[in-house]
Amino acid sequence: MTFFLQQVVDGLTTGSVYALIALGYSMVYGVLKLLNFAHGDIYMVGAFIGYFVLQAFGGATALVAPVAVVLIAMFAAAALGAGLLGVGIERFAYRPLRESPRIAPLITALGVSFFLENAVLLLFGSETRLYSTSSFIPFSTGVHVAGVNISLVRILVVVLAAVLMVGLRVLVERTRLGKAMRAVAFDREAAEMMGIQVDRTISATFFIGSALAGVAGVMAGLVFDQVFSLMGFIAGLKAFTAAVVGGIGNVPGAMLGGLLIGLAESFATGYISSTFQNLIVFGILIGVMLLRPNGLLGRATLQKV
Amino acid sequence: MRNGDRAASDAILLRLEEITTHYGPIRILEQVSIEVGEGELVCLLGGNASGKSTTLKTILGLVRPTSGRVLLRGEDVTNRQVSYRVGRGMAIVPENRRVFAPLTVLENLELGAYLRHGEDLREEFERVYTLFPRLHERGDQLAGTLSGGEQQMLAMGRALMSRPRLLLMDEPSMGLSPALVEQNFEIIAQIHATGVGILVVEQNANMALSIADRGYVLQTGQVVLANRSSELLASDELKKAYLGR
Repeated sequence: MTFFLQQVVDGLTTGSVYALIALGYSMVYGVLKLLNFAHGDIYMVGAFIGYFVLQAFGGATALVAPVAVVLIAMFAAAALGAGLLGVGIERFAYRPLRESPRIAPLITALGVSFFLENAVLLLFGSETRLYSTSSFIPFSTGVHVAGVNISLVRILVVVLAAVLMVGLRVLVERTRLGKAMRAVAFDREAAEMMGIQVDRTISATFFIGSALAGVAGVMAGLVFDQVFSLMGFIAGLKAFTAAVVGGIGNVPGAMLGGLLIGLAESFATGYISSTFQNLIVFGILIGVMLLRPNGLLGRATLQKV
Repeated sequence: MRNGDRAASDAILLRLEEITTHYGPIRILEQVSIEVGEGELVCLLGGNASGKSTTLKTILGLVRPTSGRVLLRGEDVTNRQVSYRVGRGMAIVPENRRVFAPLTVLENLELGAYLRHGEDLREEFERVYTLFPRLHERGDQLAGTLSGGEQQMLAMGRALMSRPRLLLMDEPSMGLSPALVEQNFEIIAQIHATGVGILVVEQNANMALSIADRGYVLQTGQVVLANRSSELLASDELKKAYLGR
């Protein structure tokens, strides 16, 4: 039972990270119908930004400020940096291709992905960097429930992810920007007819989606410790899977898909073998696609004739 | 005589000056000049592919003309974005309604007033709900679940939410049953009566001319007839021009 609960805790943590990345994937797909394959690399850049902020505060073993302050600075800098990166990518790589056939921005997205991976490789080298989280947030801090140790870092990750997801939901459902985003996603030209500044709305969507990925990058650094230039590839792929499983373009779907993939992965690792982890994750993708091609929460939509 | 006799009001709300518009290499409009006076109801008639919709898109700014000018109350808006023009008093009821299906009726109306955020919209809601009580009843319903006639009401209500001075309507009766078409024109006449200038694109020439002050007839991208509605209705030219024979 203890073992089972431990898998649940692990799965929820990883799942929260996937869910945050998946949200950006889904939002961008919603407004542009573009699979932004560079999204996983934005998450990687976020993780690096968090790492360098940590170093700026003296590094994991010699922090010069309270841990809470350092964490806030890491998350804020990663969110802002990743957000601006996303806006820049849309502005210079995708916007010029907006009226092109859909294959063009798709290939461009792959190119941006390679560009980011190699730029980071060139600037910071190939070695894996460590957050060394346990040096400033000891594993022993946290709560013990039914023999399961839930570390403070994991609690922080899950709670922060939940707060951000609720916040995003409110933004999309209740605010003027959220309504504009949904209008643009459904019919860009009709949205423009209402006086909605479509370019600005798309930029805002990229900022929010990329900022969430940046936050997820810092979370990954805190939980898994390791930061490296290729970390965005597999995480991005799994987040994409999560978005598709939940129903791409659908915000609650991305959350559900992320948690589901995280849990599946943790149970696969715990009960079978970590070797089969990816097999099971992508097996779920295939299974869901066969049974519900629009994803778990996706709605079948009629094509306009 | 090119523009016919504009109705009593002399203030010009909209003026197209020799607009030529291309889609790629294909010329859609050629030297189109049209005027709508303040509070005037003008209809733009023509067969398929005569350039009616392109004219509206050029006025709103979704399409930029190759040459010519668009003047809104004397201001040259030819190179302005759609949002600017909407902010200066244009609104459109698009062809096929184009309501935001996954959003609620209320949200659709709110988006109509997108550029008026922070303003008190009670008066607009009241006006729209008086014209279309059905929209009030269905506020929380998703727009995609409305019937065709209700969607047409929503598209009109949405456009009115911005409190336009110039309302562009693209084929408002397309796809509606004959009874609804008649009701639709009654509502257009009511909106007109409140002082909004309207430019309506229609296939249904007789119905449109029966409520319009003036009409223009487009044929393959050129204005071939322009006159007061009564004269157009009485003339054989309309039939000839309209049917392209």
